[in-house]
Amino acid sequence: MKGVDMATDVLVSGQPGSGGSGATPPRAFLDVRDLRIHFPTDDGLVKAVDGLSFSLDRGKTLGIVGESGSGKSVTSLGILGLHRLGGTRVSGEVWLDGEELIGASAERVRSLRGQRMAMIFQDPLTAMHPYFTVGAQIVEAYRVHNKVSKKAARQHAIDMLGRVGIPQPARRVDDYPHQFSGGMRQRAMIAMALVNNPELLIADEPTTALDVTVQAQILDLIRDLQEEFQSAVIMITHDLGVVAELADDILVMYGGKSVEYGTAETIFRRPEHPYAWGLLGSMPRVDREVRDRLIPVKGTPPSLINLPSGCSFHPRCPYVGLDGIPCRTEIPTLAEGSDHGVACHIPPAKRQRIFSEDIAPAL
Amino acid sequence: MINFILRRVVTSVVLLIIISVVTFGVFFMVPKLAGTNPAELYVGKSATPADVAATARKLGLDQPIYVQYGRFVKGIFVGREFASGTNVNHCPAPCFGYSFRNDRPVWPTLIDRLPVTISLAVGAAVIWLLGGVLAGVISALRRGSILDRTMMIIALAGVSLPIYFTGLLAQLWFVHDLHWFKGGEYINFADDPFGWANKLFLGWVTLALLYAATYARLTRAQMLETASEDYIRTARAKGLRERSVIGKHAMRSVLTPIVTVFGLDLGQLLGGAILTESVFGLPGIGRLSIDAVSTKDLPVVLGVTLFGALFIVIANFLVDIFYAVIDPRVRIS
Ligand SMILES: Nc1ncnc2c1ncn2[C@@H]1O[C@H](COP(=O)(O)OP(=O)(O)OP(=O)(O)O)[C@@H](O)[C@H]1O
Ligand code: SF4
Ligand SMILES: [Mg+2]
Repeated sequence: MKGVDMATDVLVSGQPGSGGSGATPPRAFLDVRDLRIHFPTDDGLVKAVDGLSFSLDRGKTLGIVGESGSGKSVTSLGILGLHRLGGTRVSGEVWLDGEELIGASAERVRSLRGQRMAMIFQDPLTAMHPYFTVGAQIVEAYRVHNKVSKKAARQHAIDMLGRVGIPQPARRVDDYPHQFSGGMRQRAMIAMALVNNPELLIADEPTTALDVTVQAQILDLIRDLQEEFQSAVIMITHDLGVVAELADDILVMYGGKSVEYGTAETIFRRPEHPYAWGLLGSMPRVDREVRDRLIPVKGTPPSLINLPSGCSFHPRCPYVGLDGIPCRTEIPTLAEGSDHGVACHIPPAKRQRIFSEDIAPAL
Repeated sequence: MINFILRRVVTSVVLLIIISVVTFGVFFMVPKLAGTNPAELYVGKSATPADVAATARKLGLDQPIYVQYGRFVKGIFVGREFASGTNVNHCPAPCFGYSFRNDRPVWPTLIDRLPVTISLAVGAAVIWLLGGVLAGVISALRRGSILDRTMMIIALAGVSLPIYFTGLLAQLWFVHDLHWFKGGEYINFADDPFGWANKLFLGWVTLALLYAATYARLTRAQMLETASEDYIRTARAKGLRERSVIGKHAMRSVLTPIVTVFGLDLGQLLGGAILTESVFGLPGIGRLSIDAVSTKDLPVVLGVTLFGALFIVIANFLVDIFYAVIDPRVRIS
């Protein structure tokens, strides 16, 4: 079976055997099925997310990895239902604890947003309102979902700020975001996201804007808070290093699609997709010369309006057409039923051999 | 914050001093350079040179310009005397001199006219602020709709049509043809509030239209820009209702530049008020200044100009303070 539709129907899901578009509530806490998010623009239809599926249990962390423009942020906003305004076309299913959200009313999704599912944004400088104090913004996030007095909410905000490691929280609560340093601001964002103990936390590149030491602190903080609240966490990044320690599962995105999906162990030990190999090669490593580090995958990200035919990675893939595989004409699908999905035409045995013989020694 | 206010007070005062020197120079030096003696403007062309000289002496116009300026400033703060022979006129502070035309002191004349101009300005300001901002917000939220386009076309017409045109047209239709509003004399608010509003209404709308259009366009652009800000997305991600996302988070950012522009416009409103007052026959400061200019009544012209400058400086001062209150980033730096 070939073609666009089939390609995305087959997926790796948290519950074996349920792949497809049936409306049966899933067992996993979060289950995303065949999510598509398309933006009609003057230049054409931007297919930012095109047939994405994954699932996640409480207390677990999913790392979504992909280069800039692969659709990571659009995916997370889609889960939170933040694409409803404007002409954006969203389809597929997002199940949160047995409740489907894409078809739910805007008001229902709003009431869950910030309450049961929350998000930490990419850039803490622009993600907080410059004209309101940090405290006021946290208080607001708390009070919209809880009937408490202003005073109690303020105390809760101070507690949260203290919990995310902001010194003198009772004083800093009345500061404006621009009075915080970058790392402190990101901590405040985290305090705001966690103020209602959300069961699903999406962290969209929470550390890209920060320097390395602060990065490590923020990641530790998210991990500690996750343990405390048993939240499901989606950690979005273009840096495999970030998810190496944190993630239980990893999903590799390319051009709005999932190209490889499996446990972190699998993706790091025996990745099978040529794009994932490229990402691993671009990962900074302590034991390597600085000069050799961070070789990004060669070539430019694909246009989301006119995706390359067949496998959208083919213009950049060193293995394109290997042994006559139909890379340019047929869209590869993630393997069915297994716990390791790879969207590549190279036969699995061959992929594993290429990795262990050619790729791994060079890493 | 106190420091900030003090700094602004000092700059405002310095600014006023400079403006007063310049305007004084312009009104009392320029006629001299052009070959006319200001005293001649007072007594008229038919007067004898002796009359002119006596008048110049009485008004102090025979003194060097800096002495004249000194006396003028003294008059404003403590009052001054005008003497001709044994006849001494005391002009109490704030003294801006006497009208060349009717010998009335300038200050009380200004004060008499002030309520009319303020009634016109405040009414118009309320209408254009509410109307303009509301239209801008609706336009932005319904971007691309027929409502949006209609309002933006009206806005475009509003900024490009001169007050003479819209004012006279409104006068013609609503007063002469439809009789919705009464013509005739200005009515004091205290005497008859409805008559007052009735007389002022078309003036309000005409003047407001000029500004409302600008505000609608500014608000719309600002709203569209703000709507794509990250912190608006954050507000939605928190689960806030759309009402607070737009009404609180977006509006807060939209209003900041609007307030700045509003302050500046309030200061310069006198310009628009002059035209509106003459079109609708309202006896305000604008009309006073037109009459004074056409009769070369220098003290009144000077008084009105300084009064206008005071208005602008105070408005700017208030805007700066208000800006510091609403934008924490200004206050801290
Ligand atoms: N509202 C929109 N209208 C049109 N195109 C959009 C819109 N939002 C996002 N896109 C496009 O969708 C694509 C995916 O964007 P997204 O922000 O999800 O990338 P990302 O994976 O998060 O990248 P980064 O690592 O840079 O954050 C981009 O090409 C972007 O231009
Ligand atoms: S399908 Fe072909 S082009 Fe795509 S990743 Fe596999 S080998 Fe490369
Ligand atoms: Mg992103």
